[in-house]
Amino acid sequence: MFLIYCPYCEEERAEEEFHASGEAHIVRPTDPESLSDEAWGDYVFFRKNPRGNHHELWQHTTGCRKFFYMTRDTATYEIKEIYKVGEQPNVATAPAVPNKYDQFSSAQAVKK
Amino acid sequence: MQHYSGFGLLKHAMSHHENWQRVWRNPTPKKSYDVVIVGGGGHGLATAYYLAKEFGITNVAVIEKGYLGGGNTARNTTIVRSNYLWDESAFLYEHAMKLWEGLSQDLNYNVMFSQRGVLNLGHTLQDMRDISRRVNANRLNGIDGEMLDAQQVKEIVPDMDCSANRRYPVMGASWQPRGGVARHDAVAWGFARGADALGVDLIQQCAVEGFEIEDGTVTGVKTTQYGTINAGKVGCVVAGNSGVLAGMAGLRLPLESHPLQALVSEPIKPILDTVVMSNHVHGYVSQSDKGDLVIGAGIDGYNGYGQRGSYPTIEHTVSAILELFPIFSRVRMNRQWGGIVDTTPDACPLISKTEIENLYFNCGWGTGGFKATPGSGHVFAASLAKGEMHELAKPFSIDRFNTGALIDEHGAAGVAH
Repeated sequence: MFLIYCPYCEEERAEEEFHASGEAHIVRPTDPESLSDEAWGDYVFFRKNPRGNHHELWQHTTGCRKFFYMTRDTATYEIKEIYKVGEQPNVATAPAVPNKYDQFSSAQAVKK
Repeated sequence: MQHYSGFGLLKHAMSHHENWQRVWRNPTPKKSYDVVIVGGGGHGLATAYYLAKEFGITNVAVIEKGYLGGGNTARNTTIVRSNYLWDESAFLYEHAMKLWEGLSQDLNYNVMFSQRGVLNLGHTLQDMRDISRRVNANRLNGIDGEMLDAQQVKEIVPDMDCSANRRYPVMGASWQPRGGVARHDAVAWGFARGADALGVDLIQQCAVEGFEIEDGTVTGVKTTQYGTINAGKVGCVVAGNSGVLAGMAGLRLPLESHPLQALVSEPIKPILDTVVMSNHVHGYVSQSDKGDLVIGAGIDGYNGYGQRGSYPTIEHTVSAILELFPIFSRVRMNRQWGGIVDTTPDACPLISKTEIENLYFNCGWGTGGFKATPGSGHVFAASLAKGEMHELAKPFSIDRFNTGALIDEHGAAGVAH
């Protein structure tokens, strides 16, 4: 059971008002048409799923309806930080295997 | 292995039950095995058992970081059914169902498999159309199933409120008479005992902390207790922790781990002699032989490895059950717990080779793995033994998330997610 601080409402509210929307900071490929099936599959379906700190996207669904980010430990469930869309996290995620196709999401790799 | 029988029970009663053999050994692992199974839950133990029994590979170790059957095998709601919509999953779960039907005899261990029938309720016209489609698909695949109307449901479960003036009236249901429940711990113990008797080493309290990989081929596992154990092949069957284990081999899996909660009530007199599931109000309930109501529903929405979930999820679960059974409103809940389920985007398992040679994964069973235990073990054992995926396992390859050949069982099969 979480008490979650909504950075827009600037209030701590009960978990039930929020919706967990999964892993945060997944960058949409800038040129999807040029991706291989593996790279596209990785972008759509494969997740870091770390045991430990995890950057997550949450929405204050029954409040202001705005999206924000949270760094939360998936083993202890401790909320480490909450930050607005557009801001960067201060706490790193637990080690996880990176998307090896991540290069495709940066502008320079799309030229391949 | 001591054979269990009614006569044996009588004989041991004469000596005050003091001379029973230990059910399995507690061996120190050898340096090397043909196959190492990581994870000593139901699926892992079933894999080891069938490897030894059906495929003659007895130089096998099962490595378990806790105790046997202590993870999701001990935490599920024990429902067994095979009424899945799509051919791929229907065949897989029906394969399991056929093994369930002979399992107690096969293992000489009473897994208390009780085919008391499973109802999947419909509460809207669209529910009923979906159920009709699924029942027809099941029957075409040779799986038993019937469409029931509200009156017929009422006859099977007289204590359920099937009246038309409910907020979510019961309009009908699918009915799989061969479905039911089994004693979850006994399944793990039966497979463990059977595998042990055939020479499989069951290594408990020993975690795997890495893999030995040479030139893209796995050659062993690194363990906390016994250093490196060499293996010809490694099969990983670790449910919620699959992503963590895959990470040790540098692999990403299309999985996210979530808490799934369940709860049981205080024991009450027999009131429910079947399994009732509802997708729409989202809950499922059966009554155990002890008399407690075994209740479950959906996962907590956030990722978690903590084997516990949030209170609102329990509240939703219980309110769903009360929508169906107002008569249960005064029943007190006894225990509540959570397990970590590894969910895939299409709600179907991964039974697959990986890009690392001889490293296999059997995971992603999500919220419904218990029912598949024998079938999962059997097809995974066949795949490990032959080095080629079993026919029934082929559609469940990790590759499907690149090719797009998903098996979309979300909701369609009456899976209460």
